[in-house]
Amino acid sequence: MVNAVLPSPPAPTQTTGGAHIDIRGVSHWFEVSGGVLQVLDGVDLQVRPGEFVALLGPSGCGKSTLLRLVAGLEPATAGTITQNGEAITRPDPSRIVVFQDPTLYPWRSVWDNVALGLQARGVLKEQRARVDEALKLVGLTEFAKAFPHHLSGGMAQRVALARALVNARQLPVLDEPLVKLDSLTRIAMQSELVNLWQRAGFSALLVTHDVEEALFLANRVIVLSDRPARIAAELVVDLPYPRHRGDPRLAELRHEALKHLGLDATW
Amino acid sequence: MTTAEQVLDSPLGLQGNAPAHHAPRQKTPQTVALRPPAPTGIWPTGLLAAAAWVALGLLTLLWPNKEVGFNDWAFTREFGIATLVVAALLFAISLLGHRAGKLARTLRPAGQWLVALAVVLALWEIGTAKLGVLPSPFFAPPQSLIDVVHEDWQRLGLSTAYSLRLLANGFVLGALIGFVTGVSIGWSRIAGYWVHPLLRFLGPVPASALLPLAFFFAPSSYSAAVFLVGLATFFPVAVLTWSGVASVHKSYYDVARTLGASERFLVLRVAIPAALPQVFVGLFMGLGASFSVLITAEMMGVKAGLGWYLQWAQGWAAYANMYAALFVMAALCSGLITLLFKVRDRVLSWQKGTVKW
Repeated sequence: MVNAVLPSPPAPTQTTGGAHIDIRGVSHWFEVSGGVLQVLDGVDLQVRPGEFVALLGPSGCGKSTLLRLVAGLEPATAGTITQNGEAITRPDPSRIVVFQDPTLYPWRSVWDNVALGLQARGVLKEQRARVDEALKLVGLTEFAKAFPHHLSGGMAQRVALARALVNARQLPVLDEPLVKLDSLTRIAMQSELVNLWQRAGFSALLVTHDVEEALFLANRVIVLSDRPARIAAELVVDLPYPRHRGDPRLAELRHEALKHLGLDATW
Repeated sequence: MTTAEQVLDSPLGLQGNAPAHHAPRQKTPQTVALRPPAPTGIWPTGLLAAAAWVALGLLTLLWPNKEVGFNDWAFTREFGIATLVVAALLFAISLLGHRAGKLARTLRPAGQWLVALAVVLALWEIGTAKLGVLPSPFFAPPQSLIDVVHEDWQRLGLSTAYSLRLLANGFVLGALIGFVTGVSIGWSRIAGYWVHPLLRFLGPVPASALLPLAFFFAPSSYSAAVFLVGLATFFPVAVLTWSGVASVHKSYYDVARTLGASERFLVLRVAIPAALPQVFVGLFMGLGASFSVLITAEMMGVKAGLGWYLQWAQGWAAYANMYAALFVMAALCSGLITLLFKVRDRVLSWQKGTVKW
């Protein structure tokens, strides 16, 4: 909300420090009772350093699974995923997942929640300032001592974002981070996300089923098919930031995205 | 009708502190009742309590005890004087009002209880010492408890200390082992596979059922009792810790893992804190179970402690001593439970306002 008035840097993207993600021929199956369920089918995708890529698809198509694979929470059944040339085999603090739910630890104060990553890696003592900095970035400095159950949904999600940003910011992996927010908070948070991304210069991978959100935020929108997910289309959003929701070009792209999702008739 | 209106009218539901322009319009009795009593001026309930205690004192002193064939109940006069002292204190506090300070503030909410206490003591006194309605060796008047404390305080105090020592040893051991067991079967699949069925099968056996066996195998009756108290504590703590650890939401682990947490961090900083509310439920249940086993063990084999004292008092038909021991036991058990709750409130302060039990 505050960030709406902040001046944004004119450069559309920065290419410092972002991760380079290379997904090649990734297919994935889940074991379910009575057989296997294929959720991903030969996905090839690259995220260039500093790029904001959105994965758009119908719900249940497997986009969150792809994120879990990129995060290293599960290994892919087939295919390879690399980060800056190295294979991703397990979770790493350079790739931070922001989940649908803020998943704050209720027994920790906001500050301690944000400090989680640093504490887990045993560097909290030297880097305490980063926690304050991250809280400032999301505008929650005064709530440092509050406990999560005192926060609104939007604030909790911002804490989750701060918890991600306090770490090496190479690649936030965002799994529908705004889906549970009310629509007004969501619009404000989208602008905040763009601002953060521009200031911090990380690469970002966002999963969403909100067409407008994907187009408003990302450089590139990857449209996935129904399960098992394949890449159905790739839309390059060639608009400078900050974008404007009323932009006719966005409307055009939105129409196109809906066409790829088979929802053309609603236009 | 008016109440509902008042509630809807007042912003944020603060009926008691309705803004000035609301106040003169309507003030239903219900609204007034919701307002906490102002801590100023004379305390009416306190005066009533003082009167009740005066009545109790006069009744004790002026109404002669009924002859029961042996010498008179000792300490009748002292009991009467003590109640009059209580009455005088209550009277002073009531008149001083808010000037009585912290003591008055703690006593105020208990005002009605103070009245009730005097009434119950009076009924007890009348039923036993004054009229002898309740048959004499089995029922003893309140002053006989003073007698017991005066004559037998050493034995009673020692018994209490023995009980406390046994309880502390057993409870702490049982709780620690239970906690570690619970965490390990909640966390490790192998530990779960082997320990869980044992826990399911042997855990529900009442610890006191193992009493004869324990006294037979253990080197001393004391260590057998420690073992049994520990066992009684162990089971609920282990089961609830396990369930607490096992029911931690998977996403809590995902978050920590993506932030670079080690296995150790996941156990110590995620699983255990998340399970702590459940652990405290287990400790609470374990403490209750341990009291019961403690007294049983002391009655059966250990030659010390409050359980033994009860048994001994009954053997001598010293019923007043039994009542005194029961009072001490009630104070001890409720005190320990309160202590546990205080510890919980402190450890789980983050829960404040979210959980009630």
